[in-house]
Amino acid sequence: MKELGQKVLAGDVRSASRLIRNLEDQIPGTHVAMQEIFTKTGNAHVIGITGAPGAGKSTLTDELVFSWRQRNKTVGVLAVDPTSPFTGGALLGDRIRMLRHAEDKGVFLRSLATRGSMGGISKAVGEGIHVMDAMGKDTIIVETVGVGQQEVEIINHAHTVIVVLVPGMGDEIQALKAGLMEIADIFIINKADRDGAASLYKEVTNMVHMSVTKGGWEIPVLLVESVQEPKKFAESVSAVCDKIEDHYRYLVDKNLLSERLRRKTAAEFNEALWAAILQPVLNDLDAGGEMEKMVDQLLKKETDPYTLAAEVAVRYKNKV
Amino acid sequence: MAERRIRILLSKPGLDGHDRGAKVLARCFRDAGFEVIYTGCHQTPEQIAAAAIQEDVDVVGLSCLSGAHKYLFPQVVKLLKAEGADDITVIGGGIIPEQDMQPLYDAGLKALFTPGAKLDSLVEWINTNVTPRA
Repeated sequence: MKELGQKVLAGDVRSASRLIRNLEDQIPGTHVAMQEIFTKTGNAHVIGITGAPGAGKSTLTDELVFSWRQRNKTVGVLAVDPTSPFTGGALLGDRIRMLRHAEDKGVFLRSLATRGSMGGISKAVGEGIHVMDAMGKDTIIVETVGVGQQEVEIINHAHTVIVVLVPGMGDEIQALKAGLMEIADIFIINKADRDGAASLYKEVTNMVHMSVTKGGWEIPVLLVESVQEPKKFAESVSAVCDKIEDHYRYLVDKNLLSERLRRKTAAEFNEALWAAILQPVLNDLDAGGEMEKMVDQLLKKETDPYTLAAEVAVRYKNKV
Repeated sequence: MAERRIRILLSKPGLDGHDRGAKVLARCFRDAGFEVIYTGCHQTPEQIAAAAIQEDVDVVGLSCLSGAHKYLFPQVVKLLKAEGADDITVIGGGIIPEQDMQPLYDAGLKALFTPGAKLDSLVEWINTNVTPRA
């Protein structure tokens, strides 16, 4: 496992993809490679792209990758699609929109299934970002699953969040609702040639003007033309790319870049603590069959979970 | 907690737009509990090999109905090998005449499926012959 971290730092794609797989599959010992890379991360600009299914996230991502390659930036993409709640299988189809980058060594595209996570990304995304960062990718794009109003987990992982909207999804009240509509640093109105784009633009712009601007960033609302008009599409996505770079500079200037990830960092630490402290206790209780006995006691109402937990805490106090 | 899940790349190499079969398979593999990365049509062997490595798959499934399987399928095997990824199992399907089978097996294809093959038999083949790499 030690070797894997070194190879990732050297930019090896196969090792990086393998490490991400180990994270997804929760293979024991994966933290060894993560230990090696963690302090080397923090150099990439992480961008989240989210929106409803079919809003055009993958097609936009493809063109954004192209724009950054034109600007000589290397790019990592983590594209998330849903896992079946019935079979555990998944059909990961984001790659179809991004085929032209397959052979470009400056682009690493990895598809992930949600594996039961409900926040619009998979559990492995957070660490997957570290892996791509450690490989030296300048820009990392996380494309979420097609989301509804509430799947906003991406805010904990991205420096810049882009919410992609399309015309015809509801009236202005939708624009005022909490959740998805609150998390954008940049709004994109995609498929802007469609009916309703102008009124959607107005609604979202009005909504944005009502919001309190934090630290001076005014949330832009950008129209992106249909991909059927390749030239207009490319120009409008290039403008999105400019705005994303503006946002990055804003975060750097205001010293907000790392602050954005405070919640993620705390959550990661929380999880590491859990793995280091609680997991060994649970394993020990399981191995001795004691866990089952305690559950039996609780089922018979002989004691309560709080008392039992306190007893366990005392017993293991100096052991982990 | 730890659980390896089979990842499979499904791709259509070459000039062939007949993707009904590949889509049916994508769905079938999804329902079998695999993670299927579907790239669609008109892929070069280079694109397929690069995608297989980036996606860390256990299996590459190639579908070709145009008659170019004798060049395209072995080419994918060769490119994977050149990248040190010959532990990835490559299987194929399509309109493959009997006399082409042995040369394809000799070139490193691990299984070939032709019209009439039952969906279950593909899933079973993968479950029997593919262990997700450690």
